[in-house]
Amino acid sequence: MTTTPPPVPALVTGGVGDDDAGTQSSRRGLGLDQRAAKAKKRLTSPWASLLAAVIAILWTIPTFGLLITSIRPQSDINRTGWWTFFTNPTVTGANYQEAMFGSQTNLAVYFVNSIVITLPSVVIPITLALLAAYAFAWIEFKGRNVLFVAVFALQVVPIQVTLIPLLTQYVTWGLAGSFWTVWLSHSIFALPLAIFLLHNFMKDIPPSLIEAARVDGAGHVKIFFQVLLPLLVPAIASFAIFQFLWVWNDLLVALTFAGGTRNVAPLTVRVAELSGTRGADWHLLSAGAFISMIVPVVVFLALQRYFVRGLLAGSVKG
Amino acid sequence: MDYISRYLAWLGDGIRDWLLNADDTGHKFALMLVAIILFVVVMGAVLLAVDRPKRVPRWLVTVGFVGPALLMLTFGLVYPGLRTLWASLFDRRGQNFIGLDNYILAFTQSEFQIVLRNTALWVIVVPIAATLIGLVYAVLVDRTRFERVAKTLVFLPMAISMVGASIIWKFVYDYRAVLRNSEGDLIAQQIGLINQLLVWAGLEPQQFLLNTPFNTFFLIAVMVWIQAGFAMTVLSAAIKAIPDDIVEAATLDGLSGAKMFRYITIPSVRPALVVVVTTIAMGTLKVFDIVRTMTGGNFQTSVVANEFYRQSFVQQNAGLGAALAVILFVLVIPLVIYNIRQLRISEEIR
Amino acid sequence: MHSNTRRRYAAVAGGLGLALALAACMPADDEPGGTGTDGDGDGGMEVAEGCEAYEVYGDLSGTTVTLYTSIVAPEDQPHIDSYKPFEDCTGATVEYEGSKEFEAQLPVRVQAGNPPDLAYIPQPGLLQTLVRDFDAVVPAPEGVESNVDEFYTASWKEYGSVDGTFYAAPLGANVKSFVWYSPEMFASAGYEIPTTWQEMLDLSDAIAAEGSKPWCAGIGSGDATGWPATDWLEDVMLRTAGPDVYDQWLNHEIPFNDPQVAEALAAVGSILKNPEYVNGGFGDVSSIATTEFQAGGLPILDGNCWMHRQASFYQANWPEGTEVGPDGDVFAFYLPGETADDRPLLGGGEFVAAFADRPEVAAFQAFLASPEWANAKAEVTSAGWVTANNGLDPSLLKSPVDQLSFQLLADPDAEFRFDASDLMPSAVGAGSFWTEMTNWIATDKPDAEVLDAIEASWP
Repeated sequence: MTTTPPPVPALVTGGVGDDDAGTQSSRRGLGLDQRAAKAKKRLTSPWASLLAAVIAILWTIPTFGLLITSIRPQSDINRTGWWTFFTNPTVTGANYQEAMFGSQTNLAVYFVNSIVITLPSVVIPITLALLAAYAFAWIEFKGRNVLFVAVFALQVVPIQVTLIPLLTQYVTWGLAGSFWTVWLSHSIFALPLAIFLLHNFMKDIPPSLIEAARVDGAGHVKIFFQVLLPLLVPAIASFAIFQFLWVWNDLLVALTFAGGTRNVAPLTVRVAELSGTRGADWHLLSAGAFISMIVPVVVFLALQRYFVRGLLAGSVKG
Repeated sequence: MDYISRYLAWLGDGIRDWLLNADDTGHKFALMLVAIILFVVVMGAVLLAVDRPKRVPRWLVTVGFVGPALLMLTFGLVYPGLRTLWASLFDRRGQNFIGLDNYILAFTQSEFQIVLRNTALWVIVVPIAATLIGLVYAVLVDRTRFERVAKTLVFLPMAISMVGASIIWKFVYDYRAVLRNSEGDLIAQQIGLINQLLVWAGLEPQQFLLNTPFNTFFLIAVMVWIQAGFAMTVLSAAIKAIPDDIVEAATLDGLSGAKMFRYITIPSVRPALVVVVTTIAMGTLKVFDIVRTMTGGNFQTSVVANEFYRQSFVQQNAGLGAALAVILFVLVIPLVIYNIRQLRISEEIR
Repeated sequence: MHSNTRRRYAAVAGGLGLALALAACMPADDEPGGTGTDGDGDGGMEVAEGCEAYEVYGDLSGTTVTLYTSIVAPEDQPHIDSYKPFEDCTGATVEYEGSKEFEAQLPVRVQAGNPPDLAYIPQPGLLQTLVRDFDAVVPAPEGVESNVDEFYTASWKEYGSVDGTFYAAPLGANVKSFVWYSPEMFASAGYEIPTTWQEMLDLSDAIAAEGSKPWCAGIGSGDATGWPATDWLEDVMLRTAGPDVYDQWLNHEIPFNDPQVAEALAAVGSILKNPEYVNGGFGDVSSIATTEFQAGGLPILDGNCWMHRQASFYQANWPEGTEVGPDGDVFAFYLPGETADDRPLLGGGEFVAAFADRPEVAAFQAFLASPEWANAKAEVTSAGWVTANNGLDPSLLKSPVDQLSFQLLADPDAEFRFDASDLMPSAVGAGSFWTEMTNWIATDKPDAEVLDAIEASWP
């Protein structure tokens, strides 16, 4: 396959606001039609469809079991399998009732905290990582590769070893217990992976585009904002959802830096509590797990149109 | 004057209080906006300062771009990492220098060979299996009518928190023996799905989490289940970026099905595969929640990350915990080398 | 780590001005008592009237005490409610935070210089770590100590002390020497509650002869898997070797693989590893290792199991609607000793450690050691809580198991001992003891190898 010339990704050329934008979009329109035509052809392979169906079922059944569990009465959950629900359906809303309203604190408070924690923790690291990734990809400087590999390797530092040094510093700064510590910490922990991923996108953008802008006299800041950023919108959106997920589902960082008090604690703190002091209340936990899943799934569905041409759209190499 | 300075001090306290203690919804959202705006303003100022193509030296531009990220990484990861390296040379209270004793202790612990073996299994099996399944699935559902729904189904496990995942898998692996009372009736029903299927098929139920060495693979399955969604999402995007003309040319050449997959799809998404495999491998090295919640590291299922957690936070042995964290750093070196090579290859292509 | 069994208590704990100041306000004979004013009617309105007992704390308006515990919903609410009289009468605010990650988080916060004012510490071993390794705990102020001297036995005070200094007052307690059973099943089968160890084995044989499994157990508990098995061994150690040897054992004055320990382990094995006896409703012996302790006793409800040895707090694990009581669906009997007169008692509990020495913290800490608090807590708790504070009015306890627990805790003949694994060095008590007992069950590791391995891991 080495003979295949490096193709110019449809996304890249289609996204630039240059002269042939019109022709490009028409070409893409055609592409969609062709894809639809091919889709029919694909479905003709029954084995492929079967394999896809098997994977989908295997991946969904465990979660489906949890969904059924969450609407069964507590006394049934430990005695019979969730599938007996279909022969002997007993539905209760008590688990959700308890999970949502069982606490003195309104569940909405935790939702608000989760959102307030998550949004800056997604925006800040992505911005910083974009800038850093740009430098690693497109600015020549000494020790660039060494530095990049070092940043990439930092992914393996377990968050747990950072807790005490970071918290000590936050206490000194008088920030402990506030949202600032959580935002800062999440941003730091996201950086190595974000820089690594975004760098790999940027590297795959055809150098000719950047050269052209440079010839026109654009500086790095201008190139970054006017040439690269528009191309990276799908990539950014895609990474955003993963960062969103990680932050949304995080328990450790929030608990350590912000503490578990109701003023700052995210939804995960409440969900973890639902299993009870001794971890026996699976019926509540299953309901809580579903409640906390709603937002990530909605975000995923909402951002899926970016995924369609997402994360590594520009990364094709022969 | 005195009045003004006191007023300013009062005002300063008020602002600080407003910034640190948000206790109602409106206040929290306002604070969030302030944080984001503040960040944007600071970054904007930095970029504006370096945006003088001719007059600003290149090193300053570089600093403007990578400086903030490196500053944060140094503070948040490099410094704690070095501290850990240093702490690994001290005893459990961090008071007496004991050289490499913690490392010797780690490696001479009776079951540490098994822990290392398990870690190796995790790091090899999870990235490969998750990536392979994610890739195959992404190819299969690509351009079908159900694509959105189908992708959401495999993505779901990523959206579930760890506590949720642990209970989900309890209802898959749980074991109850087939016991009958004097009348011959079953006295306990299975609540684990796989065992129920085995019983329905007329087989004996199995203790999936107890029987070594297969129990490690059952734990690994959980991580594969979670990570396949990540692989699928990223690779699906990469597949979509394969230009139509290549696919068309290949179709004209008579390629289809498995051959198309082998000769067109895989080479085209190779860079994405590297990213996905690396990212999942990194995540797998660090993950301990699955082991911790499902077996607690018993029955020879422990991994280095779990031992690290246990020593650091359950047994409060700071020195040994740090040494185990350092062993994790070391284990990542092959991945780093692999990525350096990939980096070189992509440089050469350019 | 090393804790002597009999220690002399330091009379005055360090030069803390405010502790002395508080002591000055403290009536010598504690005349307010806990009995009269508080018991009838929760007089939230008539603050002045119900507040006599709180005058010693003075006016604490505008102050805040932060509290960190491992107790989460729904058990946290009765705790929060029980502070109300204190808050109403003194004007102080108590900020409660419960987390299931408490044991990992507390040392992190302490080391980072961000400790709470007070923490409920569930293991004396953790208290020792906090005192010896981090030097972070404030010795108990006078007001706390005088309450503990008056309302707790010396051994409870001992467990809250480290190296002769008294730090943490006991709070809640639990009794571990319980066997859960179904009164209804026992009655219809004509079985009596055993009063000696031998009677219990005879009963087990009788049940097994009927073709039923007498015992069920589960020791699964995430990364703490194995602890219910350590409780078993401790309970039996107290019975076969006696409390004095038990103390030597946990202090490592005798090795872990001492023949007396081996004898106790064999006795546990004669039940837990007897395929005729276990594991009712679950399977064979090895299924004990994978069954979560929360589910361990549930087969009793279905009639698949007759007896389940587990602490008083297990009552929270019965599904809603289960009636707990001497005539209910389930109840507990005291795990018998060798003879009917031999009544050792294994238990656990929390201790209140302070990380700050502000007056309001000392006052609240003293309140938590008082009968006023114990009674306030009992009043707002529906079931599943008891204390060793002998100023507690037992009639306020609503659950029969709690009443029985209190009765045992208050019994002067019962030799109380704290859960040994909570007192051993964490490398053993939260490490090899758990994992080796798990191996003992899961892989049928021989007794001697198990004990040798734990002995080898003793730091």
